[in-house]
Amino acid sequence: MSQTHLTPNRAFSLRRVFAMVRRYWYLLRGSWPRIVELMYWPTIQMIMWGFITLHLRDTSTWVAEAAGVLLTGVLLWDILFRGQLGYTLSFLEEMYSRNLGQLFVSPLRPIEMVAALMTISLLRTLIGILPAALLAIPLFAWNIFTIGLPLIAFFFLLLVMGWAVGMIVTALLLRVGLGGESLAWFIIFLLVPVSAVYYPVDVLPVWLQWVAFAMPPVYVFEGMRAVLFEGIFRWDYFAAAVGLNIAYLGLGATIFLWSFHVARKRGLLLAGGE
Amino acid sequence: MLRTPTVKVEHLTKRFGNVTAVDDISFEIARGSCVGLLGGNGAGKTTTIAMIMGLLLPTSGRVAVLGEDMGAHRFRVLSRINFSSPYMELPHRLTIAENLAIYAELYEIPDPKARIAELAETLDLAPLLSRPAGKMSAGQKTRVGLAKSLLNNPEFLALDEPTASLDPDTADRIRGYLETYRSETGGSILLASHNMAEVERLCDEVLMMRAGKIVDRGAPAEMIGRYGRDTLEEVFLDIARTPGGENVPPAQAAQ
Repeated sequence: MSQTHLTPNRAFSLRRVFAMVRRYWYLLRGSWPRIVELMYWPTIQMIMWGFITLHLRDTSTWVAEAAGVLLTGVLLWDILFRGQLGYTLSFLEEMYSRNLGQLFVSPLRPIEMVAALMTISLLRTLIGILPAALLAIPLFAWNIFTIGLPLIAFFFLLLVMGWAVGMIVTALLLRVGLGGESLAWFIIFLLVPVSAVYYPVDVLPVWLQWVAFAMPPVYVFEGMRAVLFEGIFRWDYFAAAVGLNIAYLGLGATIFLWSFHVARKRGLLLAGGE
Repeated sequence: MLRTPTVKVEHLTKRFGNVTAVDDISFEIARGSCVGLLGGNGAGKTTTIAMIMGLLLPTSGRVAVLGEDMGAHRFRVLSRINFSSPYMELPHRLTIAENLAIYAELYEIPDPKARIAELAETLDLAPLLSRPAGKMSAGQKTRVGLAKSLLNNPEFLALDEPTASLDPDTADRIRGYLETYRSETGGSILLASHNMAEVERLCDEVLMMRAGKIVDRGAPAEMIGRYGRDTLEEVFLDIARTPGGENVPPAQAAQ
């Protein structure tokens, strides 16, 4: 039997992070229906909102002023949704395969797993959104990439918020087990009404505007409309969204780590399964 | 200077609500030794192993592995220990090779391909490496789990029923491999098993658990003699069927 000389256990190892990314990539690569599903819904949504835009362009001056406002809204919303889903579904894979116990007797640290989930969420989001964004060019003569650099800012602001929600959902899944699987799909939609995806935030009642301004997405969607209608990038919105994202990411990480600690107390890492 | 034991368990207790799964147990596993953890279903064996591995936090008491407190510093030793249990599976849709490669990376093994090839040959897994983990028989899954647990040549190996579901030939080869592992690496083993012949063959010491407590302990041959029985299985049945309290060997009770 050969001797295996191990490297000293570091507090954070990129090699372990990429081992987990590789694992999630293998899972994705091994199932073409999953890859199709990633692209399917964003594309269907884009097509539906494209036709709604064509219809409203003739009847609504608001839409006529910036024809791509609804299409951009739906594509940006999908970044938030897919970001959260990509994070949470990858975690659910560990629960389906009763693998959490195996993983956490290895040197893998919870923070490394979080980093891997974020990375695979980014990949899944790009796979899901890019085909829809590219298809909108020939179908509806709308090129979201003409937004330019602000699009990159919007993308990452929404993705990070998706990760923060993903951390909270996975914390809940650790507590309630696979019985809470559907949380992965519906919790994020609580944010839709207050994110002002398809309408300006001042449509909301004043008390709900306060709720909206306490969360990052509203700054992104208001910022998007500022770019499309006025041609300006609102740095104040950007700064507010960055600050709030940092706060929500910290909150998500704290809740996840606390939930992980409770799972170790209650033996929940040994439970789960298909 | 005395060598630090591989595992030192002190007054370990685990309660889930008002159920006490493990009740104030203490024991040590010396370097290079194999200790068997025996007991009926629900005796507290798996809970004990989970606390030793740091997967489960004790209600009270302390576990130290390779000199490190598992409550506070488990990450210092996780790369030097490993665990296999039929109750924890590998992802079904990944092939055996992919699963082992990922764990080899998690343990940061220097030459993962060579190590996987070596283990595949030893555990007769080479023809199965390209098959999905979910398509394995129970026995094959056990061998794959064992391969995963040996990837890092652990200094301490916790095994929960390592030969469950294996045919006698394969089980015998696994036991032989575990003996080789011990003699060549000096590693220590904690073995929870219902197979008494296996425990007699592999273990230097046996801890008998019932209702969360260690009710007796000793070397297999010594316990067989003390109970006046022919096999460890008969000793196990004596203990399992003795109602309540600390166990009293029949030989002592008769005096």
